[in-house]
Amino acid sequence: MREIFSEELKNLHVRFSEMGMLVNEAVYNSVKAFVNHDRELALEVIQNDEAINEREVDIEKRSFEMIALQQPVTSDLRRIVTIMKASSDLERMGDHAVSIAKSTIRVKGKTRVPEIEEDIANMADIVKQMVEAVLKAYVQKNDQQARKIAQQDQQVNAAFQTIYDKCIAEMQRDPQTVIGSTDYLLVGTYLERVGDYVTNICEWIVYLNTNKLIELNTNNQEKM
Amino acid sequence: MAEKIITSQDVHLYYGEHEALKGIDLDFTAHEITALIGPSGSGKSTYLRLLNRMNDLLPNIRITGDIRLHGQDIYAPETDVVQLRKEVGMVFQQPNPFPFSIYENVIYGLRLAGEKNKTVLDEAVESSLQAAAVWEETKDVLHQSALSLSGGQQQRVCIARVLAVKPAVILLDEPTSALDPISSSKIEQMLVNLKNDYTIIMVTHNMQQAARSSDRTAFFLDGQLIEFNATAKFFTAPAHKESEDYISGRFG
Repeated sequence: MREIFSEELKNLHVRFSEMGMLVNEAVYNSVKAFVNHDRELALEVIQNDEAINEREVDIEKRSFEMIALQQPVTSDLRRIVTIMKASSDLERMGDHAVSIAKSTIRVKGKTRVPEIEEDIANMADIVKQMVEAVLKAYVQKNDQQARKIAQQDQQVNAAFQTIYDKCIAEMQRDPQTVIGSTDYLLVGTYLERVGDYVTNICEWIVYLNTNKLIELNTNNQEKM
Repeated sequence: MAEKIITSQDVHLYYGEHEALKGIDLDFTAHEITALIGPSGSGKSTYLRLLNRMNDLLPNIRITGDIRLHGQDIYAPETDVVQLRKEVGMVFQQPNPFPFSIYENVIYGLRLAGEKNKTVLDEAVESSLQAAAVWEETKDVLHQSALSLSGGQQQRVCIARVLAVKPAVILLDEPTSALDPISSSKIEQMLVNLKNDYTIIMVTHNMQQAARSSDRTAFFLDGQLIEFNATAKFFTAPAHKESEDYISGRFG
């Protein structure tokens, strides 16, 4: 009966990878829309989120059926559990992309701060690259790579700290920018959360390969 | 919609005063595997045996209702039971090879039917053993006694014996309960591979086996058909509480 199970497992992986690509695109486009003030692209991100959510439900249903019907054990079971957990993380990442898109739509020609927008774009580049890398590491079951990717989250956190400091300074300097800067802060927070979800997926990759549940990058040491 | 190869309506079976089947309505779709599950004494094996009239000779038995194969009433007086059993083959719990060679076991049905052409017989042996996934292990020892094989191999030879007469439907009564997990898994995989050419109805006590290999599951309890559902649905969200209790091991 191995053949059927292997086939279904392969199928599940393909669907998970596809979902990862959809999410990666959503995150990327949401930031692109934000920095380019592109409301159409932002709307597109919001609309496409439906497909991501459906994909997650589909993956969960398939995983659930495989557990009920095939009773997988050992690494087979880990593979399925990992996909279920990681697909939830991906789905949350998609939701953050939607939140960024909504911020884009809210901002209506209010006073902008190009310097901070550039910082956000740079932060988004790091995050995008992490998302791509984690999907690749997942497919290759590369837990060493996963550990490295998780470390990059510190850069994301640092980038957010910079944006935070700049936003506060900007608001103090010119109260006209309070609304705009608050959106920058929100978008920075969403991106920072996406980085955290990437770290979660890294942890699942390590679990998959080593059967150990670990915390790769705790936020405990961050500035309060 | 896929063809209903066997239909049964309001089937009752009485052993003397005891009503063992209490009105079963159950149809089987061609090219699917249906698993019949339920606790001992629930009537699932009794029902299976009705489908090729294996219960006919039991004393003091009374059968009512309507069972049809390809739309023909199999309990009609004009039904040729030998012909019926060619169309609807049966594999039992214990491997029961005849005490002859593997080759002779496989072609037993064809010999009975008067087939003498050696080419035809040779081809039947090879294709049947191939389909039963036991060719590689037996091709060099075809003229040895089938009794010299392991239990799992014997069971697959018995399945080849059924396949050789090209039935439309294969009934299996707990085909792997006497076998080890590896042999069981081979037989399950083989059944899945056979689906394209046959319709398979299998009684099993092994819930995992039903879950893994069947398309639909029929759950019997106390002579009644409690639930008949797609296997994926049955094992994730059955429609009846009794089904859920049984497959989660809360009784039975």
